[in-house]
Amino acid sequence: CARDRRPGQGQRAGRARQDTRPAARAPGRGEGQAAPAQRGAEKEGAGARSRAGRSPPRPLWSPPRPSPRPAPPLGPGPAAPPLGDVTGQASRRHFESRVACPCRRRRRPCRSCRRHCWRRRESGEAPRVKSTILLTGAGGGNDIQWCFSQVKGAVDDDVAEADIISTVEFNHSGELLATGDKGGRVVIFQQEQENKIQSHSRGEYNVYSTFQSHEPEFDYLKSLEIEEKINKIRWLPQKNAAQFLLSTNDKTIKLWKISERDKRPEGYNLKEEDGRYRDPTTVTTLRVPVFRPMDLMVEASPRRIFANAHTYHINSISINSDYETYLSADDLRINLWHLEITDRSFNIVDIKPANMEELTEVITAAEFHPNSCNTFVYSSSKGTIRLCDMRASALCDRHSKLFEEPEDPSNRSFFSEIISSISDVKFSHSGRYMMTRDYLSVKIWDLNMENRPVETYQVHEYLRSKLCSLYENDCIFDKFECCWNGSDSVVMTGSYNNFFRMFDRNTKRDITLEASRENNKPRTVLKPRKVCASGKRKKDEISVDSLDFNKKILHTAWHPKENIIAVATTNNLYIFQDKVN
Amino acid sequence: MFARGLKRKSSEDAEDADGGVAGLPAAPSYTLQRQSLLDMSLVKLQLCHMLVEPNLCRSVLIANTVRQIQEEMTQDGTWRVVAPQAAGRAPLDRLVSTEILCRSGREQEGEGDCPLPDPAPGQAPRRPQSSPWGLDGSREGRGGFQKSLDHIFETLENKTPGSVEELFSDVDSSYYDLDAVLTGMVGGAPTGPGLPAFAPTAAAPPSSTCRSDLGELEHTVEILVET
Repeated sequence: CARDRRPGQGQRAGRARQDTRPAARAPGRGEGQAAPAQRGAEKEGAGARSRAGRSPPRPLWSPPRPSPRPAPPLGPGPAAPPLGDVTGQASRRHFESRVACPCRRRRRPCRSCRRHCWRRRESGEAPRVKSTILLTGAGGGNDIQWCFSQVKGAVDDDVAEADIISTVEFNHSGELLATGDKGGRVVIFQQEQENKIQSHSRGEYNVYSTFQSHEPEFDYLKSLEIEEKINKIRWLPQKNAAQFLLSTNDKTIKLWKISERDKRPEGYNLKEEDGRYRDPTTVTTLRVPVFRPMDLMVEASPRRIFANAHTYHINSISINSDYETYLSADDLRINLWHLEITDRSFNIVDIKPANMEELTEVITAAEFHPNSCNTFVYSSSKGTIRLCDMRASALCDRHSKLFEEPEDPSNRSFFSEIISSISDVKFSHSGRYMMTRDYLSVKIWDLNMENRPVETYQVHEYLRSKLCSLYENDCIFDKFECCWNGSDSVVMTGSYNNFFRMFDRNTKRDITLEASRENNKPRTVLKPRKVCASGKRKKDEISVDSLDFNKKILHTAWHPKENIIAVATTNNLYIFQDKVN
Repeated sequence: MFARGLKRKSSEDAEDADGGVAGLPAAPSYTLQRQSLLDMSLVKLQLCHMLVEPNLCRSVLIANTVRQIQEEMTQDGTWRVVAPQAAGRAPLDRLVSTEILCRSGREQEGEGDCPLPDPAPGQAPRRPQSSPWGLDGSREGRGGFQKSLDHIFETLENKTPGSVEELFSDVDSSYYDLDAVLTGMVGGAPTGPGLPAFAPTAAAPPSSTCRSDLGELEHTVEILVET
């Protein structure tokens, strides 16, 4: 499909170019294969691919294109046939050799390797992942240079409502990236195995699985339609061969299992290969069905459905560090669930007043502490964060700690309360800090200090004088999310005009970047952007009045270990990586 | 308080309560700006209920803003004071009143049906308005709404005892009808299709902008309760 061709072609050309790298590199990485032959095969493979015709028009989230295999030096790999339906089970025949074991030691997932990997993980050892070293204190002297890597989604400006991305989340290893959209679909991308030849770019993300998570429902009692939009996705840590994630819309949470299947039984006695039953009388001999390898298929199946526990709209889900329970929060209540039990949940916070007319505050986000399984926080529309300890009482209406910054009287206006409403709260990976996002700023709180945040970063202070207009066009109610990098040294959040901002906590430097298709050449370093608040507009600056408030970046995610970020514009997903030298 | 950059609205002849351009722009005074903010907020509250399902967070934030404005206006003593009648009414003309809502509620109060906690039991009798809409049928339908509306004003009255009295004393016409709001905003005409009879009714009583708005608030805050 034409729209996916552009970046792909660029990438393919890129790979061909990389094949001319000095041979000295190759032997160190390969599996003992002769470097020149391997490179030759790569080239041929690339050539075969580009010669092969494009498959028929692909759906929006196009399945991955074939990429060079570590083929034996005899001829190129076959061109991949077009893939089947995107929803439901996506077959990935051509990925057969590219699927990597989670520990990356072997190309094909195999039983022994998997067992080995998870054993190592459970014992606390880190799997031997050949990835770049986590940049600690990134920015100290060496600022990260962000480069465009990929963009997913439709090119045209006409945005289909169902394609609006509503959540983005990396899994715990960073290998998988899940997105949810307004149409109730979940699309999962998988990072391909790092190409041993090209060590200077990390694997790119390609579609791994797509499924319809939620359908629109109709509440007959209230005569209201329940939107199928996916509000949040949260991954469970991997415990076995399958991946699990929780996805939620306004009312229902579902636990999905995503599993791979690369073998299938063949040779049934009573069933034909196509599934038809044989007449038993025609069976003359018996045989034992055997497992034969098949093209890899990724299947998603709902394992649990947690429904009917929320009267109001669910805005957050958070998995506990015990990996057995999780919380779901709506506007007025927070419920605690056990992952195995769907017919019961415990209400742990209830701020609904006896008389609804006294309602002045709602819950906007909630999260479990990453390390203490009895602690969670929830934020409110009045700019407060409450930390609760479940050991204190069954119903945690009384907070253990209340985090609130006194209002700045000089900035007071009728909009003060609205812009103080917290749209997202995230704990740092260490668990010592938490970050909150209100309309104009990002604040970092030390859990030991309740009366004010330890750091405050202004995201788009130039909007303060435009609050009335933003109230009028409803932009003031936009809920921006925020995220930490893996080492808790940099935080990121989105803004308008498809800008997103990063703040380095150590160097106190910040940067504004734009997610746009104009810079869509891979490894193009993004140019920092600047908004001119008032006065003379310098060259390359954008004035506040020319910002496009329809282009907002609400959802961003940072790879847990590497400097790879996923940024969602309205209907496109951008992936950026730092420049690896 | 409204910093530079605030969109200037004229409450005098706003075709569109959301600040559409029409007529002569008045010099932005704080009061006018606040008034227009109040209008805008009330319209937002109504509109958000028209959507699939009201977003509770948004409704609460807008309602808090309205409350804040009202408190300030009460403190200023401008609650009774009104910008020129014409100014106040212009945005309301095209917003036909839900006579049913206010009137039915008040009539209920008069009958003692509605448990409106009246801070001033001896307040001025309300002015009944004739309405082409059948009272009984509408009252039944809206009784519940009005009830909850009145409950909401319990809180307001607790905070500002004086205001509630003013709220109900003279409020009648110029209540926003949801359909009329939209038609009014789209067409800019004071009378929406199907509700022409209200226009004169709306214009007739010399109600204050603020009170009309609050009557509107009654209706819209009911939305909160309904959810």
